[in-house]
Amino acid sequence: MTATPVGPPRRLIEFTLDGTLTKVADGDTILTACKSAGTELPTLCYGETLEPANACRVCVVEVEGARVLAPACSRKVEAGMVVTTDSERTRHSRKMVLEFLGSSVDLSTTPHVNGWMHEYGADPTRYGVNAATVAQPVKVDNELYVRDYSKCIMCYQCVDACVEQWQNTFAISAAGRGFAAHIAAEFDAALPDSSCVFCGNCIQVCPTGALMFSSEHKMRAEGTWDETAQTVTDTICPFCGVGCTLSLHVQDNTIVKVMSPEDHSVTSGNLCIKGRFGFQHVQN
Amino acid sequence: MDVRYPDAEPTVAEVEALDSLLGVSTVSEGWQRDLGGVHRAADMRSLLLPALHALNDRIGFISQGGLGELSRRLDVAPAEAYGVASFYSLFSLEPVAPRTVHVCIDLACALVGGDRLLEETASDSDGSVRIIQSPCLGMCEQAPAALVSDAGLHAHEAAIGRATAVSIRRAAKLGAAAFTDETPIAAAVPQAGNDGLSLLKRLGVVDPLSIDDYRRTGGYEALRRAVAIGAARVIDEVTASKLVGRGGAAFPAGRKWAAVASQPARPKYLVCNADESEPGTFKDRVVMEGDPFAVIESMTIAAFATGCEQGYIYLRGEYPRARRHLLNAIAVARSRRLLGDNIMDAGFTFDIQVFRGAGAYICGEETAIFNSIEGYRGEPRSKPPFPVEAGLFAKPTLVNNVETLVNVLPIILGGGDAFAAVGTDGSAGTKLFCVSGSVAAPGVYEVPFGATLAELLIMAGGFPGPAQLRGVLLGGAAGGFVRPDQIDLPLTFEGARAAGATLGSGVVLVVDSAADISALLRRIAAFFRDESCGQCVPCRVGTVRQEEIVHRLTIGPRRDGDLALLAEVGQVMKDASICGLGQTASSAIESAIQQLGALS
Repeated sequence: MTATPVGPPRRLIEFTLDGTLTKVADGDTILTACKSAGTELPTLCYGETLEPANACRVCVVEVEGARVLAPACSRKVEAGMVVTTDSERTRHSRKMVLEFLGSSVDLSTTPHVNGWMHEYGADPTRYGVNAATVAQPVKVDNELYVRDYSKCIMCYQCVDACVEQWQNTFAISAAGRGFAAHIAAEFDAALPDSSCVFCGNCIQVCPTGALMFSSEHKMRAEGTWDETAQTVTDTICPFCGVGCTLSLHVQDNTIVKVMSPEDHSVTSGNLCIKGRFGFQHVQN
Repeated sequence: MDVRYPDAEPTVAEVEALDSLLGVSTVSEGWQRDLGGVHRAADMRSLLLPALHALNDRIGFISQGGLGELSRRLDVAPAEAYGVASFYSLFSLEPVAPRTVHVCIDLACALVGGDRLLEETASDSDGSVRIIQSPCLGMCEQAPAALVSDAGLHAHEAAIGRATAVSIRRAAKLGAAAFTDETPIAAAVPQAGNDGLSLLKRLGVVDPLSIDDYRRTGGYEALRRAVAIGAARVIDEVTASKLVGRGGAAFPAGRKWAAVASQPARPKYLVCNADESEPGTFKDRVVMEGDPFAVIESMTIAAFATGCEQGYIYLRGEYPRARRHLLNAIAVARSRRLLGDNIMDAGFTFDIQVFRGAGAYICGEETAIFNSIEGYRGEPRSKPPFPVEAGLFAKPTLVNNVETLVNVLPIILGGGDAFAAVGTDGSAGTKLFCVSGSVAAPGVYEVPFGATLAELLIMAGGFPGPAQLRGVLLGGAAGGFVRPDQIDLPLTFEGARAAGATLGSGVVLVVDSAADISALLRRIAAFFRDESCGQCVPCRVGTVRQEEIVHRLTIGPRRDGDLALLAEVGQVMKDASICGLGQTASSAIESAIQQLGALS
């Protein structure tokens, strides 16, 4: 089920995208325009259901007349704008962002990133073996999900999902500064001691696998996680009358994780602890 | 919101500290709280940084119990309060000694051994005192500098100029109370009392605490004239003056004022950017300490012209004397009805609050200031929208640097055209320069735009001969070096640009050939690594990689291609960082390579 936008029709504005005069609805971002035009841009911190954080800068494009590059995910198209998505400067910035992340963060469970590394010629190894990383032990403080901040690119999506954009739980925040910036509850408290309600909406939006179902984390550690052997079945959550859609990821006849379609008109991918984690009864 | 607070209880001292700021707590639930009439969530939230200061001032750190109590009272989730507190370097989130001596190890201080001073004294740190390194304290004319802060019921801070191991040990033992003799203002203004000064004419001459002294020397005549000619004419004069921003970006002030004035949204805010943290910069500190009423008067004129009702001075946390003098000036101005309702019977209302920063260079970025005042992490916002449309509390906001604002007084008194006649076509008026390093008389100097660097240095007591001069850092850590053979370059925006440099915030740091350029560059790289807010990848990781490469190039082991890699890192920071911090984080290092042949 796809959400249908309501509201007055927006006027169309014209701009030049990679040399082609293009029409978009007023208020659209460069990224939206690129998607309509079939121009692919890499994105990492961008989430379909969240306000753009424009933090990773991997989607930067050139806007004529601007001194610096602009993030396609958040920059709105203006009439007459001349945008170039593929130039020496944009390719260099994308390569460097990918190298910076690849050399400091474990991207082994980040989708698409290997392809982009190849496409942009990124080589994270050239910073040497002594390059600083965010490597740290996995945080396992509850039975439902783990936090492996060695894989965190600081996209802010988990925080945005936890605070006012979706869940309004306010359990986590960005803390610290600079390279030491990280996601944490107050005083880095364990999740069961924090305001966390275990809705798992942070897992839903995490683009790198830093936040992961305990079941998936355990199976990956054991070497039994096999996405090719998994089926995904959509069903309706049985717990209450809201009617959230669940996407059950099943391997060997066992539910291994529960997600929710982000284009769902009722919940936009969000669930509560029951829908997200309360599936054991199905197996019993 | 079903927020869970830390289990730890606040101490009596912490409750008292919060009471003194927020009023005595009677109700247990944050959402029922009435903070003396403050109900709006946004207003409560903007008390977050002041409340963190209250706790930190009282016991020297932010405890779990204190943070929990603050969160309850302000209705801010503890995770968010923690996120904000941990952003600022002046707050500790672990128990520490109530006394801290901050020893500056940045550029001007590093040149005279600030780092060695720290090394020598740091071992004195024990349970009663911390002696720690600090980024530039903005006292470069008194290098090496230190700052001692004592937490407690009567929290007290004192700046220590020309610090020695003896004075640092004395501070460690006796605290701020032992430093009651303040350096005279004139010591930072070698031109004090000279004829022909405009911005510095009162510095070191009048009593900065006396409004009567201020008025006797022409104070509040500009506001009187502004009210007489009306808001529109004031903006016309500022536009005609060709005044551009003095904070580093050189944006035309008249255009900014006109844009804010034309916004229909209410209320509008005025923010005076006094978060002077660019290493090597101290002009705003000296102006605020020596002529605080000028800052207040010029803000009042700006508010009158643009229709702002509330002003903030975002003052860096390490400027205790500037804070005292500004608070005094604001209180006195209020008592004389020069702030508040119906100022000068002209029917306009304006008041000013001093907002104290807490150790974050990034908070000098205009949109990071907004987040900081609003009680969020001091991360810059992406532009557009620009502050003139949606700034502080999402309302139209005028942000000007201290020096930009005080230029308004001569503009209004003498007229915009007369102001524009001083200086050059591209750079109007006079400029304050922060001269430090290897000169006989470091300090703040006022010269008309167009004076040459050599002329400025001669005013400052001369510079080392060509053989001894290694270079001059213009514009600070975000600026660039000029070579000894460029010493005759005219100090104008266009002149600096032509020389591949920038005037930035007016830093003129003279480096002689005895200086360890490699160490200086390592310090600049470390500064940006420390001060990156961490929001965007190019700056967060780029500043770390830059430091690693500079370390390899200066200490070793050097690797093939390191210089080229450094250039690539610099390029992505320039091109793709969100704000000016990342965009300029490689400038000084690159210019040292290109201009001075460093790191080769």
